[in-house]
Amino acid sequence: MSPLLDPLAWLILLPLLWATLAFVAAERHGPALALAGTGGQLLCVIVLASDVAGHGSIGHLAGGWAEPLGIRLVADGLSLVMLLLTQGVALALALYARSYFSRATPPAFWPLTGFLLAGMNALFLSGDLFNLYVTLELVGLAAVGLVAAGGGAAQIAAALRYLLATLVGSGAYLFGVALIYGSYGTVSASLLGTLITAEAPLAVWLAGGLMLTGLLLKTALLPFHFWLPPAHGGAPAPVSALLSALVVKASFYLFLRLWLGPFAALTEALPALAQVPAALGATAILWGSWRAIRADRLKMLVAYSTVAQLGYLFLIFPLLGTGALALQAGILQATAHGLAKAAMFVAAGTLIKVGGSDRVLGVAGAAAHLPVTLFAFALAGVTLMGLPPSGGFLAKWLLIDAALVAGQPWIVVVALSGGLLAGIYVFRVLRLAFRRPTAHEDVPLPQRPAALLEWTAFALAAGSVLIGLGAAPLLALIAGVQP
Amino acid sequence: MTSNQWLPLAVIASSLLPGLIIFALPEKRVALRTALNLAGALAKAGLVGLLIAGVAAGEEYGLRHAIAPGIEIVFKADALALLFVTLSAVLWLFTTLYAIGYLEHAPHRSRFFGFFSLCVTATMGIAMAGNLFTFFVFYELLTLATFPLVVHRGTPQAMRGGSIYLAYTLAGGAALLAGIVWLDHLAGPGEFTQGGLLAAIPGLDPLTLQLIFALLIAGVGVKAAIVPLHGWLPQAMVAPAPVSALLHAVAVVKAGAFGIVRIVYEIYGVEFAQSLGLLLPLAVIAAVTILWGSSRALFQNDLKKRLAFSTVSQVSYIVLGVALFGPLGTIGGLVHLVHQGIMKITLFFCAGNYAETLGIHKVSEMDGVGRRMPLTTLAFSIGALGMMGAPLTAGAVSKAWLSDGASAAGMDWAIWVLWGSSLLNAAYFLPILHRAWLKLPPPDWPHEEIHPAGRRETAWLLLLPPLFTAVLTVAVALFADSSFSPLAWVRLIAEREYPNISP
Amino acid sequence: MSAGLIYAATGCLLFVLGLGGVLLLKALLRRILAFNLMGSGAFLVLVGLAQRDGTPDPVPQAMVLTGIVVAVAATALALTLARRWHALTGRDDIARVRDTGRRVRRKANERRKSAR
Repeated sequence: MSPLLDPLAWLILLPLLWATLAFVAAERHGPALALAGTGGQLLCVIVLASDVAGHGSIGHLAGGWAEPLGIRLVADGLSLVMLLLTQGVALALALYARSYFSRATPPAFWPLTGFLLAGMNALFLSGDLFNLYVTLELVGLAAVGLVAAGGGAAQIAAALRYLLATLVGSGAYLFGVALIYGSYGTVSASLLGTLITAEAPLAVWLAGGLMLTGLLLKTALLPFHFWLPPAHGGAPAPVSALLSALVVKASFYLFLRLWLGPFAALTEALPALAQVPAALGATAILWGSWRAIRADRLKMLVAYSTVAQLGYLFLIFPLLGTGALALQAGILQATAHGLAKAAMFVAAGTLIKVGGSDRVLGVAGAAAHLPVTLFAFALAGVTLMGLPPSGGFLAKWLLIDAALVAGQPWIVVVALSGGLLAGIYVFRVLRLAFRRPTAHEDVPLPQRPAALLEWTAFALAAGSVLIGLGAAPLLALIAGVQP
Repeated sequence: MTSNQWLPLAVIASSLLPGLIIFALPEKRVALRTALNLAGALAKAGLVGLLIAGVAAGEEYGLRHAIAPGIEIVFKADALALLFVTLSAVLWLFTTLYAIGYLEHAPHRSRFFGFFSLCVTATMGIAMAGNLFTFFVFYELLTLATFPLVVHRGTPQAMRGGSIYLAYTLAGGAALLAGIVWLDHLAGPGEFTQGGLLAAIPGLDPLTLQLIFALLIAGVGVKAAIVPLHGWLPQAMVAPAPVSALLHAVAVVKAGAFGIVRIVYEIYGVEFAQSLGLLLPLAVIAAVTILWGSSRALFQNDLKKRLAFSTVSQVSYIVLGVALFGPLGTIGGLVHLVHQGIMKITLFFCAGNYAETLGIHKVSEMDGVGRRMPLTTLAFSIGALGMMGAPLTAGAVSKAWLSDGASAAGMDWAIWVLWGSSLLNAAYFLPILHRAWLKLPPPDWPHEEIHPAGRRETAWLLLLPPLFTAVLTVAVALFADSSFSPLAWVRLIAEREYPNISP
Repeated sequence: MSAGLIYAATGCLLFVLGLGGVLLLKALLRRILAFNLMGSGAFLVLVGLAQRDGTPDPVPQAMVLTGIVVAVAATALALTLARRWHALTGRDDIARVRDTGRRVRRKANERRKSAR
């Protein structure tokens, strides 16, 4: 295929283009550019999907420059799944944000979103460690910008905290890259997979530790989660959705790639190492769920739910030796959670906008006038709880199966308890919504929200459930990636 | 897709599609909503009739769909499935009529009937599930679909009842899932196989199988309200009467009991379960539940709570029947699944009538109600007599088979339990009948909403369903030996389950 | 000890100093400076360790240039945010700003206490 039409390049170029145009043009053109752009990106991913399904993995040399000075973009099954998730959620969120921000868009919202998407696509398509650093930074800076955009003091503080955390994370990552290059003279992930053996020098172990810890900081795994609730809970709903659904998944994806790719020999030499992310993940599930149950504000509840759900992703690491099951469980969980969390933040945003209160108690009686939104929240909650027939359930099933195969029954207990805890905070909201308003709560009905606000939430939530029913092609794509 | 494949799907669709449409209807479209409800119920009844005819003739109906490698949704409409399907379909029709009458002028009817239909869809899925995975999917869907019905009124008591209901059912679901995945890991996909899946697999560790059995039974036992997992049932009485009727006669408790039946007969196999020593503990638990439920019922003044504890006790008759090794016990337990459904729904319909018409919620308020509402009280009496096991009622038939089954299995103590329970049933039902028929009515009723019009004591839609089901209670006993009775169908199932022994 | 190793060792030292600064210092400006120190440390390691056989290796130099650009952008963002924070609150640190959702309860407790 002519390099001009290569979908890999367009996936990065297109968002860069529309983001720049959105920055330069008048603000009212932002939504149209974003919708056209994300639509085009989705098309590119679909074209790419058919290519990858046929060939296994596709590469593209940017500008035709050969490595090591040139940059090679590569797409395989795993990156394809993440790309699909990103483009799909981004399109839905663009539709939502268009209606949500009908009166006052935070400055630079559309350009920042475009740059964020460009960074994420580049991250999923990069094959060398240094380029990954650059994309990580691009994503991080855009995300910080979104958190801070047009906000008050609380949002600026949250953005500063997020910025410092993310910079420490990528700083550690960069240091690791430096050590790796010093030891092996290359930063290509595939080459390093063959070069790094169990007898690697101390510098490489140090590099591995630094890079992986830096990524944990960016993925907000306990105990590095402190920056997430203020940032995700305080931002406007579309921004929270983007962050919780997509951005944290990017650093998780990278963690997974490094674990399975360049550092595979190290992690296999010391199996006890895998228990560390799993133990942290289990603690995150319990702690995050507890904070969500006790949260006073609705968006905080959803943000702490993200902290908890991210813990599930890290439970798979002790189980990766048993074949494709654990990997499928993790990626399916990431995808289902991405869709469900986006739906949940979107629904929360609509509830807050219409109800006028950002407290959990403000949801009381909402079932009467916002049924579609509530239904979307409930469906998203079903995925988070891991109840059938959702994607979250299928992921839980695969996780439990993998845990039994690997002989780690404690993970089964954690997974089941996590589902019950999620049930507590989800039904906290749903119960309030079904409650008949008491005498002094009987305020006159506020204006009905635009239909789009309700139905994007519903579409995202339905997506997270449908994945559970038709997961076969997704799992086939992931199975192609050898652990 | 052959007709053998789409018929089960059609049965599910006959309540799913109307339900989805009803969600979208505005509150005031009463006629359309009623039409959809009734059309769905009648269509379902018709399709079920086709299925029955086919299965009786030996046809096989089923469908498979792979979701992921090694995980399939399997539907299998066999004789056992049809027992539950038919009960649900017929009683849904009556409950729909009743609910239309009961909820006249109530708020949020579209939401109610939407979830109502989803409930029945889930029940059909549970009945026709061909493996543990499919069973679990619809089992949890039932939990989710019934929650909005329990909290429908939106009062603080309703919310509390709903929370307790959820706590129990979600926890049970977690236990069930643990058991199912463990079993899947050990022995492959848990397909429901005649004679027992595990019986045919050699070399499985008995202790592990016993632990898995405990997990599975704990999981389905929550819905089946076996002691000590029954706490949610009396609390869920805050729901409107049609919901209590549906939950207690048709959907939730029967789903739990049905799950126990499937697990013992088609996952473990009754002979294998006996050899693992699983049936005796199950029988003991059932016996404890039977006696405990009846004892608690004695002390309840709230009518629906008394009926709730009665349900706790009666559903365990089914579990007892399952645990009695031998075809007679099986027949007794399975036929009680149908009979208890018919009798209990009659009682709940009547309780709902008393509440809606006269504002009566407590037994102590029922003095002389037989004069004011004779037909309703007649239906109530028939249902109550059936619970006691009086002759010529459905209850008598089940008790007879259960007792025979107990002595055939060498568990004579179970016969004492059954008699004890009958006595307790008499102790808490006869006083109600005495009050209703023989005492003088008070000067006013607590809250008379519906006034008598000539011979008509309450709305027709509230009166006819319990009368129908009361007639059925007697009919299934009078015509027990005909080839169209539930008993005949159950004997067919038992023949197929115990091919070597004839009842 | 070769020149490359000295550079690398210094880079490590700078990185650790910078990391400690970001984590332990209070004032925002100093934390941003500490972050730059971290970056410089990493760049030094990159350039230093890659000079082993005497001939300059272009790849790490390209990487360092890219890294510098990224660090400048990040610093610019950090400084802008710090300025805005200072303009809004007059403070130059973000210690003890907790947005955990428990504020309302604390405020209610304070109101109750002051009413007594």
